[in-house]
Amino acid sequence: MLRIAKLPIAIFALFIIVFPWIARQIPAIGNYTDIMVFVGIYCLITIGLSLLMGYAGQISIGHAAFFGIGAYISGVLTAKYGMNAWACMVIGMTVAAVVAALVGAPSLKLKGHYLAMATLAFGIIVFIIFNEEIEWTGGPDGMSGIPGLSIFGFEFDSVERYYYLVWGFVLAAFVFTVNVIQSGTGRALRAIHASEPAASAMGVNVSRFKILVFVYSAVLASLAGSFYAHYLNFINPSTFDLFFSIKLLIMIALGGMHSIWGAIMGTGLITFLSYEWLRYFEEFEIIVYGVILLFVTVLLPDGLAGVPKIVKGWFRRKVSDER
Amino acid sequence: MSADIEENVLELQGVVVTFGGLMALSDLNFKVRRGTIKAIIGPNGAGKTTLFNVITGSFPPTEGTVRFNGRPIQHLKAHNIAALGISRTFQTVELFGNMTVIENVMLGCHTRFRTSFMASGLALPQSRRKEKQIRESALKILKFIGLADKFKDSADSLPLGEQKLLEIGRALASEPELICLDEPAAGLNETETYVASSLIKAINAKGTTVLLVEHDMKVVMNISDEILVLNYGQKIAEGLPEDVRNNHRVIDAYLGGVA
Repeated sequence: MLRIAKLPIAIFALFIIVFPWIARQIPAIGNYTDIMVFVGIYCLITIGLSLLMGYAGQISIGHAAFFGIGAYISGVLTAKYGMNAWACMVIGMTVAAVVAALVGAPSLKLKGHYLAMATLAFGIIVFIIFNEEIEWTGGPDGMSGIPGLSIFGFEFDSVERYYYLVWGFVLAAFVFTVNVIQSGTGRALRAIHASEPAASAMGVNVSRFKILVFVYSAVLASLAGSFYAHYLNFINPSTFDLFFSIKLLIMIALGGMHSIWGAIMGTGLITFLSYEWLRYFEEFEIIVYGVILLFVTVLLPDGLAGVPKIVKGWFRRKVSDER
Repeated sequence: MSADIEENVLELQGVVVTFGGLMALSDLNFKVRRGTIKAIIGPNGAGKTTLFNVITGSFPPTEGTVRFNGRPIQHLKAHNIAALGISRTFQTVELFGNMTVIENVMLGCHTRFRTSFMASGLALPQSRRKEKQIRESALKILKFIGLADKFKDSADSLPLGEQKLLEIGRALASEPELICLDEPAAGLNETETYVASSLIKAINAKGTTVLLVEHDMKVVMNISDEILVLNYGQKIAEGLPEDVRNNHRVIDAYLGGVA
């Protein structure tokens, strides 16, 4: 039985709750709450992506586009048309779902990595649209004036308030995804990963499940995009380029593709690297990512999530050597 | 006609399968009577596995019809055919190696218990209840195939004999009317073969119709009610085991046709 323990989730939730308080006490990490908002936003994307890649075995190189769809729909509809931000979020997620179904359906019905190719092309097309539709998106200069979020007069106007809002959604998405993994749906996904002929002979509609997960991951990415837009109040196309899609894959590979926890760890580490610890590398940052990816594929095939297992095995060997 | 449906679970009419220029099955006609064990034998390359793939919907036949309980199914996809009540095993074991023994059988229950993505994500009581039912039903099957004490093991870790049994168990989990077993005794030793053939008999005794591809003649002759012999994609004989055994065309096909 695939069980994902509840205790670590509770401990993690507790950590998330007290983190801003800790950050306030230590001046050196005072800005970490702000970075953690971005970690949360990116986690929304990688949680879905991890289900798609690690459990359904499909690769998407276009999730930056769904992230962008959410951000631009929220941005344009609230800033230019004054629509309700929460309604725009739902519109963004609906559009992302429809677009994902249209992109995913033809490529996921075929065997092999056609989704990777289709999403690569799709990502580039969407990026071009963000750049060229200047009237709507502001083009390469981006668009500003996106309002913040509020509910019933309560404004999410401080970093900490926004932090709790985003992480509330992250935890909900995390628990939802964990439930899916532990259900018959998750079992079907892992079956597809292991043997498509056997899965379909047992009555699993293989393409339906793949499309379903792809759509789910696109919806989460769009939600993340909306949060991003309302947090920064400004968006421009370069955030949603091909490199960001690849960065998402690096996050998942680093964390460990076959574990939902891996997505969280990888996202946290890569986000802190790029927002804080690697700032001095500037454009050489990409080299560091290359080294990380190389290091992970060679030494940690199960990513950070596989480290406890390696340590356990190493420790056991040491104990038996001493005997 | 309706009496025919009552009597026959499966009926193939004029089934042709060609791969490029190669005729894998040519104009095949046969019926499988309800509640029987029917074996399909023939030399390597006779088209036995192709036939299974057509029946279970891995690919459609080039021509002809396949009727299941009187209903044409040749155009349906594998998962739809599984939902109708045809289940199968594979010649080379196709277990889900990344899952435990019980999870493999639980996956076999897929067609019987539907849960939506939303319901499972929200862990609604109904989806939890279903999960419990699936587990109980899988345990029952594991007891039946004699693997209940290994339910937690990874499917990969089982010896081949038990992997073959587990595949049969997974196929049974959908409670099929017709189960297609592709060489269940291949690669098994004598004891394992005995276990496997007793299991097949037990499955049949519970009312499930069995279609069997097998090379082990001892197994075939012991458990089959009827035998169909294929050679180069054509039916060369069909009938009771003793008739087929003495059929000179069958002997020719197996011994190289020195007639």
